[in-house]
Order: sequence, then C-alpha cells, then structure tokens
Amino acid sequence: MEAVKEQTGTAARAIDISSMQRGSKMNLEAETTCLQVKNFNLFYGDKQALHSINMTIPKNRVTAFIGPSGCGKSTLLRCFNRMNDLIDTVNIDGEMLLDGDNLNAPSVNVADLRRQVGMVFQKPNPFPKSIYENVAYGLRLQGVNDRATLDNVVEKSLKGAALWDEVKDRLHESAMGMSGGQQQRLVIARAIAIEPEVLLLDEPASALDPLSTLKIEELIHELKDKYTIVIVTHNMQQAARVSDYTAFMYMGDLIEFGPTDELFTNPKKKQTEDYITGRYG
Amino acid sequence: MSKQSFSSWFKSGSPWVWLNAGAVSISLVMVVGLLGLIAVRGLSHFWPANVMEVSYTEPNQQVESLIGEVIETETVPASQLKRVGVELAEGQVSAERVLVKVGNRDYFGMDFRWVNAPWLGQASYPKELLSIERREWGRFYGRLVTVKQQGEVIATGDEAYDELQQRISRSNDIIDEIKHLEYSEIGKINHGIESIRLDKRQLELDGVAENSIEFSDLADAKAKFDDDYRVLQKQLAVLYTDLNRDQMVVKMSDGREVEIPLAKIVLIHRPNAMGVVEKIGFYGHAVWDFVSGDPREANTEGGVFPAIFGTIMMVMIMAVLVTPFGVIAAVYLKEYAKQGPLIRLIRIAVNNLAGVPSIVYGVFGLGFFVYFLGGNIDELFFQASLPSPTFGTPGLMWASLTLAILTVPVVIVATEEGLSRIPRAIREGSLALGATKAETLWRTVLPMAAPAMMTGLILAVARAAGEVAPLMMVGVVKLAPALAVDNIAPYLHLDRQFMHLGFHIYDVGFQSPNVEAARPLVYATAILLVFIIIGLNLVAIQIRNRLRETYKASES
Repeated sequence: MEAVKEQTGTAARAIDISSMQRGSKMNLEAETTCLQVKNFNLFYGDKQALHSINMTIPKNRVTAFIGPSGCGKSTLLRCFNRMNDLIDTVNIDGEMLLDGDNLNAPSVNVADLRRQVGMVFQKPNPFPKSIYENVAYGLRLQGVNDRATLDNVVEKSLKGAALWDEVKDRLHESAMGMSGGQQQRLVIARAIAIEPEVLLLDEPASALDPLSTLKIEELIHELKDKYTIVIVTHNMQQAARVSDYTAFMYMGDLIEFGPTDELFTNPKKKQTEDYITGRYG
Repeated sequence: MSKQSFSSWFKSGSPWVWLNAGAVSISLVMVVGLLGLIAVRGLSHFWPANVMEVSYTEPNQQVESLIGEVIETETVPASQLKRVGVELAEGQVSAERVLVKVGNRDYFGMDFRWVNAPWLGQASYPKELLSIERREWGRFYGRLVTVKQQGEVIATGDEAYDELQQRISRSNDIIDEIKHLEYSEIGKINHGIESIRLDKRQLELDGVAENSIEFSDLADAKAKFDDDYRVLQKQLAVLYTDLNRDQMVVKMSDGREVEIPLAKIVLIHRPNAMGVVEKIGFYGHAVWDFVSGDPREANTEGGVFPAIFGTIMMVMIMAVLVTPFGVIAAVYLKEYAKQGPLIRLIRIAVNNLAGVPSIVYGVFGLGFFVYFLGGNIDELFFQASLPSPTFGTPGLMWASLTLAILTVPVVIVATEEGLSRIPRAIREGSLALGATKAETLWRTVLPMAAPAMMTGLILAVARAAGEVAPLMMVGVVKLAPALAVDNIAPYLHLDRQFMHLGFHIYDVGFQSPNVEAARPLVYATAILLVFIIIGLNLVAIQIRNRLRETYKASES
C-alpha cells in the first residue's frame, strides 16, 4: 500500500517538473558560458568520431545530448573531463574551454580538472566500500581526513542526492547491498561531495527501473541550481523532461543545438525532426 | 525399439554425466586411498602394540625365546620355504612368515627378525614385559630385575616399576636442564666469544694498534665470558654426576641380564598392562613427542620439530618475499607497461618460468644467491669472519629467495588475472573523482584484486611447501644444529641452514642405516607434511575469503 502511494506521489511531482520547465523561456545568448567547444575534432586512430563541433554550454543549466547510438554524444561528453585520455588511440584537434581556459592545455592537471568536472556513468559504479567511504572518497583523495568535516560533507552530499533518509542508518554498510537506483544516487552524491563546477551524466538512468529514473530526474532538476549539468540520453522524453537546452548529434556531427522547447516543438533541421518523430535511430 | 531407446539415452546426455561422475569418483577414491594408506602406515607407528613372548624352534636348533612386537605377517609359498629348509606338511602350499621387532640391537645385532610361523610356539603376553625407548640403539624389550642407585639395589620385583618411573622422570628433568644450559646459556656465551673474536679481527683489519684500549676492552669482555663459562661448566659437571646416579637391570629374552643407565632412557612402558584408555593417552603423548621433539639417532628416532619449523619458516619468508615482488611486477605489466610485442614476450617468458624444472632453480640459487650475492655480502659486511662464510653459504634466506623466484610466475599470473577482472567502470569512477592513476590503483584496484593475489599466494605456498630438490642446494641439511629463531640477537638467523620435512622424508627413507625402523617414520612425516600444507592453504584461503567478502565487486 505504502509503495503504491509513494509511486503515484513521485509520478505527480515528475509531471510538475516537466510542466514547470515548459513554462520558462530559454535564450542561449542571455546565458553565462560554462563550457565552450570550438572546432573540435576527435579521431579514434584513423576514424573520425567528431566533426568540428562548435557549441556553448551555459552555466547552471541542464544541457542534454541526444542522438542515435554511436553518434558521438558520449565521446563528446567524455572530452569535457578528458576521460578519453585513457584510450591510447584517441587524437583530438580544436579547443575546449572551461570558464575560458583550454582544458587540453599541457599545463592543466587532469586530476584537478576532473575535480572540477565530475562525472556519473551509465551503470552505477560504487566502490566496494561502505556507503560512507564511497562519498568520502574524493575528499580523502584531497587529503581531508578530519572526521567532523567528512561526516558533514557525507551528510550534505547524501541529502543533496536525495539518499540520506534511506541510508542514514547504514552508512557503514557496503554500498554493494543497495538497489541500482540507490547506487546511482550514491554515485551522484560521491560526485557532488567534491563540489565540482560541472556534472557530466552519461545516460545516468538507462540501467534503472522507471521509478528510480524518476528520482534521478527530480534530482537533476534540483542540482542545476548549483551545478552546470550535461546529460547524455537516448531517451527523448527524458531529454524533454529534464533539460533546458538540447543538442542533437548524428554521425559525429552536431546537427542542431538550442533550447529544448524549440528543438522538440519546432526543429530547424529535417534530420532533427526525423529523429524526434522516430523515423530513425 | 532398443536401438531407439539407446540413442535417446545417448542424446539425453546422461552418459556424459556418468562419465564425469566416474572420473570424479575415481580421483576422489585415489586421493582418499593415498592419504588413508599414508595415514594408517604412519600413524599406527605410535600405537603401543602388545609385546609378545614366544618360543621359537628352528629345526636342529635349541629352543629360543623371543620377546617383541609383531610388525607384519606375510604368506610365503611352500617352494620358497623349501629353499630355506622349511618342510611343510603334505598338501600345504603356503605358510606364514612373521616380522618381529625384537629390539635390543646392541646385543642381538638386528632389531627386526623374520620368523617362520610353523616353528613358533604359543604366544603369551605377560603384563610385566617392558618396552624401553632409549636415546641410543633403539628399542629394548625385557623384564625388569632391579633398580639401582650408584650400584646399590634400591628395589626389586613389582614395586621396582613405580620406583623406576619416578627415577626416569627425574633423569629426564635433569636432561632438560642440561639441554637448557648447553644450548641456551652456553650458546649465548659462545656467541659472545665469537663476536669478540670477530671484533678483534675487524680491529686488526682496520689497522688498530695491538696495545690500544679497544683490544684490552675486548680482552676484558672475553675474560668475563670465560668466567661465566667456568661457572656453567661446574654446574654442568654436577648435573652430569646427578644424571648418572641411577641404573636398572633388565633381563633379555635369552636370559642375559644387562644394566642400563637411566640417563640413556627416554620412556618406559608396559604395553601389555595398559587398558585401551591408557593406550590412547600414551598414543597422544607419542604423537605429540613426534611433532614437538628433536630427532635422535640419525633421524630414525625422536621427533621432527626442527623440520616442521624449518618448513613453515621457509614458506612464510618465501611468501613475504614473493608477494610484493610478484604484485609489483604484475601491476607494472598490466597497468603501466605499453602493451606490445615486448610485453607479450615477457609475459610468455614469465608463464614459461613456471615450467622450468625446480632443480634448475636450485642451481641458479646456488650460483647466484649463495656464491655471488652471499659471497659479496660477506666481503662487504662480514669481512672479519672470512674465510668462513656467513651468507656465502647455503641458508634459510637463500632457500626462501630461490623458492620465491620459483613461485613468482604463479603470483604474477594470478595478480594480472585479478587486475584484468576489475571492471573498467570502477577505475573510471575513481579517476572521475580526481584520483590519479596511482591513487586509483592504490585505493581501489589493488584492494579489489587482493583476493586474486591471495589465490596466487595459495598456489605459490602449495608449490613451495612441497619442493625439495632445489632446497638441497641452497640450505636444507640433514640435521641443523640450531633453529633459525632463538634467544640470541638478532633472533632471526636467516644465514642458518635448516631442516625441511620433504628432505627429511628423503633422508629417513633412503639414507637411514635402519630401514625397517625408519619406514613408519617416513609415512608419519609424509602425512605431517600433507597436513602442514593443507593447514597453510586453509589459512590463506580463509584470508582470501575474508577479503572477497570485503571487496565483493558489483554483480554487473
């Protein structure tokens, strides 16, 4: 009984969010720039995966990347915190600026960059440690070992990820015992514990059930006050529900980028229209 | 119809199930049978078997009386018996032959004797027969006549047995005290004197003048040790006189009476007078003495404690050496090295190292570790004691290192496998939080790979504990004068030679002067070695399971 009630409650709130979003008018020119991509190309060996991408991602907004599988949206996302450095064959060309600074410059410390640009992956990937240690991981890396500070941050982050009430009594139990949805929120809590500027979400709800998906979407909406959020999704309804701006990519090209409302209701390009009406992808 | 059902039976897959089940059962039966055989042969040795008294009449010989334990009985065909002059009754095709342990090797020349069952009289088991375990010459069987103190008869007959037991425990106490003085106290003094000699030699090498203060200090120190030694020697002299106070007179099966000093006796019991409970208690004692005692009489009697200790020490030192080495190598190969033909070649080489015959490692250990490394260490740090080597000779350290080299491929392979099983998502998760590669490895990946490292270590331990051949070249000896750990600083002596159960089996089984007596010990030592390896593995498996529980990776 309880569960049913809660479910309907969450669904109702989710509808609130989407209607609220529809109401506000978005204008890219009026936004503060957070990330800027200039003439960006990326190659896997000989194969070009991104073709001269140009875009500006606004601060404290949710930007969604949509497109069919293999269109390069995750690849682009992973460039923002240089996760592609891990792949030997990747070569890049062009500029990518975070608050005006080139994040691929040799002087940039990758670890510092990743502290500023947090990331949440498709599958929940908690460490096989306690819930508490998962959230404290980033801080411990920075040398913070003071118990009171850690307690404080852990609580704040778990509250920020809407997880605190569910786990506050078992903080020191293993994170592997949580449900998938809880794990994904834990991973978000872990990411926001180090207070990044940008939060990259790579299909954060694709491995989750509908109820957990709703919770994550609500969370995204709450987090955008403090963080710039970039989300990759191949669920168009989700993009429409959570994002302020949407970029449609196809075959490594950025086809269209604009306010979500406009892109979904009045796409400028034929390809975009075909995609959102379900003609391919 | 029947063909149809056969083909459907074949298709159902049950023949394969039967085949598998059969193979598994055969393996199980073989393992259990092997262990059972070793266990029965080895463990029955400690059971206080009844001592038989029997008359034995060979044709055209006088009747003789035998006292001893029946070890085994076998059936011999008549033709073979005929050749040694045994005539059987008409129609009888075979007869039994009995191996009797008659003991008293110093008087009879042989302590085992095959006798032909047809010539044996009626066996009896008198309660008063003694089974005497001596420090030399093995077992003695006979009847107690008198107990003497400095040649004076103290007790005779039945009450003499209780008197005897009291006096034996007294003499054993004295022996313990003597051992303590000789090994521990005098050992310390010897060590002190030796280090003074080395200091003196070092001073000479450094060119310090003969009449300088350093030399006179050393001379004073040596004088003090000499005084201590004289005191101890006096104590020892008193103890030895005390020890030699008592004797016993025993009558052998052939009627001769012999006197045995109690100092030469370890243990006396009367197996025929013991009940089952008493025997079980005695058995427990005997097994404990075997496990905890020192070997006697060229390893054919007494215990195997130094060998157990040496085996475990060596395996543990090997584990301590091999784990960091193997793990670091695996981490480099898997995480840092640029994957290419060179790394592939190295990996193949590492895998093949595991297949090199172990004796080759022994030769390598002797040449590289003992002569080259040890020789250089001696020249650099132990110049004073040259030409007698310190590390330039086989020892515990080199044996452990050799085995570490032998087992490092196992650890590398297992660790690499463990590292490659860590999901990429976990590494990316850590990197995305601003961890460097090293931090990710240290905080997340290595702890998660710990169970795999433990698996490697388990395999390494199992292999190292059973290895004998290379050890014979780099440190194992038949009889080590002292354990590698004692109360003399630095307490752990890695330069010392040591005993090993595997080598002990070989030594007792094949190098022993008294094969019949040694055979049960071979089995007992073998079962002990098996138990120790199982024990070491269980400990490691327990640790691994605990680690697995802690670092259970995500199911996805």
